[in-house]
Amino acid sequence: MKFDWIAHESGTIAGLFWSHLILSVLPVLIGLALALPLGWGAQRSGVFKSTFLGSAGLLYTIPALALFVLLPGIIGSKILDPMNVVIALTLYSLALLIRTVSDGLDSVPEDILQAADAMGYRALHRLVAVELPIAIPVIAANLRVAVVSNVSVVSVAALIGTPQLGLLFSQGMQQRFLTPIIVGIALCLLLAVLLDGLVILLAVQLTSWQPRKVQS
Amino acid sequence: MIDWLFDLSHWTGSEGILVRVAEHLLYSAIALLIAAVIAVPIGLYVGHTRKGVVWVAGFANILRALPSIGLIVLLVIVFGPLFASDLAFLIPSLIVLVLLAVPPIMTGTYAGMVAVDAAVVDAARGMGYNPLGILFRVELPCALPLMLSGLRGATLQVISTATIASYVSLGGIGRLIIDGRAQNDYAQMAAGAFLVAVLALGVDLLIGLLSFILVSPGLTRRTTKVVRRSSIC
Repeated sequence: MKFDWIAHESGTIAGLFWSHLILSVLPVLIGLALALPLGWGAQRSGVFKSTFLGSAGLLYTIPALALFVLLPGIIGSKILDPMNVVIALTLYSLALLIRTVSDGLDSVPEDILQAADAMGYRALHRLVAVELPIAIPVIAANLRVAVVSNVSVVSVAALIGTPQLGLLFSQGMQQRFLTPIIVGIALCLLLAVLLDGLVILLAVQLTSWQPRKVQS
Repeated sequence: MIDWLFDLSHWTGSEGILVRVAEHLLYSAIALLIAAVIAVPIGLYVGHTRKGVVWVAGFANILRALPSIGLIVLLVIVFGPLFASDLAFLIPSLIVLVLLAVPPIMTGTYAGMVAVDAAVVDAARGMGYNPLGILFRVELPCALPLMLSGLRGATLQVISTATIASYVSLGGIGRLIIDGRAQNDYAQMAAGAFLVAVLALGVDLLIGLLSFILVSPGLTRRTTKVVRRSSIC
């Protein structure tokens, strides 16, 4: 470890950390925003549910690096454009979260739905005020998976040159220099732990009506 | 990209696509085999005895956050000088691939064992199965669907990470992407990306097929459907 190197490069490292944070979080937020209506649709669609969820799962099969490389050819962006990473990770998050939202809504007990209906809730109001809050623990559990795995997948984009913490790895490899690699791994883990904690905290806040702790 | 793929000279030779695909499959198979040898016994033990559950879950979570490319680079620099020739890249990459494949197989095995109906185990014990018989002839077949889905996750993980390992001079399809990037040859990069995606989908399909063959029909309700259909006729 060369600490003077860390001190000298701290500005650059902070910048990389920031872009890594954005690249990891933004796709999950967009993915969740899209997954809520789509997952709800999937859960309601009956016969088509398994086909729908199956094709979403197929997306998850494509390796990240392949998607990072293929996207510019499909949407016509530049290969270094961070947009490629955002779109690719949004697709992954979406694939995971559609199933999650559908499973979460499935986990709402039937008697609660009937009680809500009897109390006069309309479809959309019931979804927002009753079903989604109850589905939060299931959704949050998979949101943690999505956020944490994004942090590690984002660093793969270093191979095509998108700026984020992964660049520390390629720098270390080219110079045969361990310090940036260790800093990069440590910061990735730190970021993952922070974001994981944030999701847990949010889930606990949003489910304050629950008597016990939500997370396992 | 399509022109690049249809150029026959890119397919043959010691650095052709066919060799790259074979390398990719070979690395993945070796890593998965080693990972299964480590992970399945641990998963069976934890699932059978319910000891060390927290440890298994925690280990799987930490590994998910670990950036695999960082780990490969780190191991290559630290252990690389210890090995001669290509082993300097191969051994570190294989270690990381195994490390990534162990958690999904282990948690899949464990989850499968936990999901086995306790009544089934009780019935088997009542029928006089000894503990090993219960493990191998009752619990294992019942746990197979979840074990195979763990293997499926591990395989995808390994195939996609093996692509990344090309960065540290390992062979495999990732070479096309890395070399294409270095030579500013987008057609070659896209062809590599396309091939990896096809390979991943193909292997995924194969494992799906495998689980369809291996899993006992009694577990999938396939037979009940047939019976129901024939009773309607």
